[in-house]
Amino acid sequence: MWIYEKKLQHPVRVEKCDIAMARYLNAQYGGPDSELAASLRYLNQRYSMPTKKAKGLLTDIGTEELAHLEIIATLIYKLTKGVSPEQLRAAGLGGHYAHHDNALFYTDANGVPWTAAYIQATGDPVADLTEDMAAEQKARATYEHLINLTDDPGVKDALRFLREREVVHFQRFGEALNDVQDHLSYKRFY
Amino acid sequence: MDSQQREMLRRLQALEFVLTDLNLYLDTHPDCQAALQDFARISEDLRQLKIAYEQRYGLLTVAGFGSGRSPWNWVETPWPWEIDG
Ligand SMILES: [Fe+2]
Repeated sequence: MWIYEKKLQHPVRVEKCDIAMARYLNAQYGGPDSELAASLRYLNQRYSMPTKKAKGLLTDIGTEELAHLEIIATLIYKLTKGVSPEQLRAAGLGGHYAHHDNALFYTDANGVPWTAAYIQATGDPVADLTEDMAAEQKARATYEHLINLTDDPGVKDALRFLREREVVHFQRFGEALNDVQDHLSYKRFY
Repeated sequence: MDSQQREMLRRLQALEFVLTDLNLYLDTHPDCQAALQDFARISEDLRQLKIAYEQRYGLLTVAGFGSGRSPWNWVETPWPWEIDG
């Protein structure tokens, strides 16, 4: 189960409305390497993990990614708060407005809806943890692109925080992968 | 949100973040005594701070300190996306 806490993991302040940046941030809301994809991938893969460390880590990182999803949502919400249909249209979000008005939606930066085809669960712990490590690197690279797309200090601060977390997650998944490999070779030899 | 509340919330976020990071570290280093000690100390500091924050500014979790008061106080305070970080 999960218990909701009425606060963000990291503070979010934005200087001013920036519809284009909100649109780019959708990359990490509903894109292939998004926080949504990360959370759903990890929380689903944990059921077929053989070791305590891997089960624990996928549960805990999968949970932290939900907190990151909330940070991204808050950024998008604040950057587009109160904007008119004309402004959305001018920023290339007329299509988004047609489908969703000012609501948030799980799409990538180009408006393509999120799909479970972005993620995998092979049932093979080595394959799955290796996918997770790649996912963390792809998210880190995406955050670097997003940081280059804004000069709002508040947005940059939140994105730098999220980027740093991907680096830590990559490190921890690597440790869990080593542990799984030790476990599998132990099983082979005894 | 006034500056006092913001400061307290920041402190809370900082402590909880250290716990989250230690949590992941301990998942793969379960025998690290230094990390275990830090985890115990910070989780106690955080527990105290949460009680103080909830007493002053409202609930963080639905069953937090002072929950169940009338009117239903869980929905009274603003949501995370509504406050000025
Ligand atoms: Fe991550």
